[in-house]
Amino acid sequence: MAMPEFQVHQPKTVEDVLDLLGRHRSSVKLLCGGTDLLIKMRAGAQTPEHLVSLNRVAGLKTISYAGGDGLVIGGAARISQVGKTAEVRRLYPGLAHACSVMATVQIRNMGTVAGNLVNAAPSADTAAPLLAYGASLVAVERGGRRQIKLVDFFTGPGLTVLEPGEMVEAIRVPDVSPRSGSCYLRLSARSKVDIAAVGVAGFLNLDLEGKVIRCRLALGSVAPTPLRCPEAEQILEGQTPDEKLIAQAAAACVRASRPIDDLRATAAYRRAMVQVLAQRVLTQSLDMAKGGTP
Amino acid sequence: MAKQNIELIVNGDRYEVAVEPNRMLVDVLREDLGLTGTKIGCAQGDCGACTVIMDGVSISSCLTLAVEAHQRDLTTIEGLATSPQELHPIQESFVQHGAVQCGYCTPGMVMSAKHLLDNNPKPSEQEIRQGLSGNLCRCTGYNKIVEAIGAAAGKMASSAKEG
Repeated sequence: MAMPEFQVHQPKTVEDVLDLLGRHRSSVKLLCGGTDLLIKMRAGAQTPEHLVSLNRVAGLKTISYAGGDGLVIGGAARISQVGKTAEVRRLYPGLAHACSVMATVQIRNMGTVAGNLVNAAPSADTAAPLLAYGASLVAVERGGRRQIKLVDFFTGPGLTVLEPGEMVEAIRVPDVSPRSGSCYLRLSARSKVDIAAVGVAGFLNLDLEGKVIRCRLALGSVAPTPLRCPEAEQILEGQTPDEKLIAQAAAACVRASRPIDDLRATAAYRRAMVQVLAQRVLTQSLDMAKGGTP
Repeated sequence: MAKQNIELIVNGDRYEVAVEPNRMLVDVLREDLGLTGTKIGCAQGDCGACTVIMDGVSISSCLTLAVEAHQRDLTTIEGLATSPQELHPIQESFVQHGAVQCGYCTPGMVMSAKHLLDNNPKPSEQEIRQGLSGNLCRCTGYNKIVEAIGAAAGKMASSAKEG
């Protein structure tokens, strides 16, 4: 199918991006990697008359980490850059793993983490680990800026709470305390290129006696949106995890999932794999947390 | 649709072209600049036949608007050989190892190999396979391609030492 016609705007500042979003409000989309948007446009599923490119906006690709403040991922930071960042690999291994294995080398070099979230696919690979790390989005619009917790961000497949005229300027991920461990595991038929059939991410923080102070668990590809598993988290918090407790928490993850049958997997297989992956994720996170520093 | 004047820097050469904003980089490379080494396979970022290097990283030129490549540094398969007589070591290795069957995926494979070796001069076999995960060979001739890249890496490392 032929590409529809549109205009491309290439602003250099966030202010200009927001002005353009306002001016062309009726038919505008932000463009960065383009790996999802341009495919949808060629298929006729999206027909914006204006594209506002973020690729020439100064400073938007920055990835920074500061002890105490945590990680800040710029709205235009590429997936591959995030995956290669030393602090991400050391402190946020679940996110680093997602950014190193999803899609293909070329797509990771083009696509952004912010785009992966904003596209809001139920299978978005960066969503589950970022939910497990308690991430928030910094959304800006003309005359305003707000922080949106990622757990409140997704409303359905392809749908988020982002308003027209708003853009994601950055993703903020809280710092990781000592005695923390985390992990993201995904399953897909080919392991490369294809979309995950199931993804599970976990984060654990232990006290000096080995009790869980904080637990976050998140699932991808098994519900209309990526989601957290509060019931499973509560099973572990305040407890000293053992095999039995981990199995119970994993079972609670299965209860939180609402998978469907589709070409990638059956709902029954997905439920079975949530149990398996959640156990592995918790076991690996626990080992890492017990290792002292993440 | 009004055309936009853009400057493309491809393999060190500057080209000024007027393009419609909805045209893809791969189409402008092939049709306007005559650089037909870059291929179009799936045209949706799955097959890697259109892989080029922009500002040092491999990208799918079928998913990149030409206007977005304005003044970016591009390398295509035509830019790898140092002279008409001498192929790039990766290309030479593809020839020696029989890593070319129908040849359609080859330019993309070579560009992905270049991106891999630029970032990781001594890749393991698994790293080579991961580096090629965005490139499909419909002839399924992967083993020869992986061998060719491994051999090229070895050669490039030893010639770098001598140099």
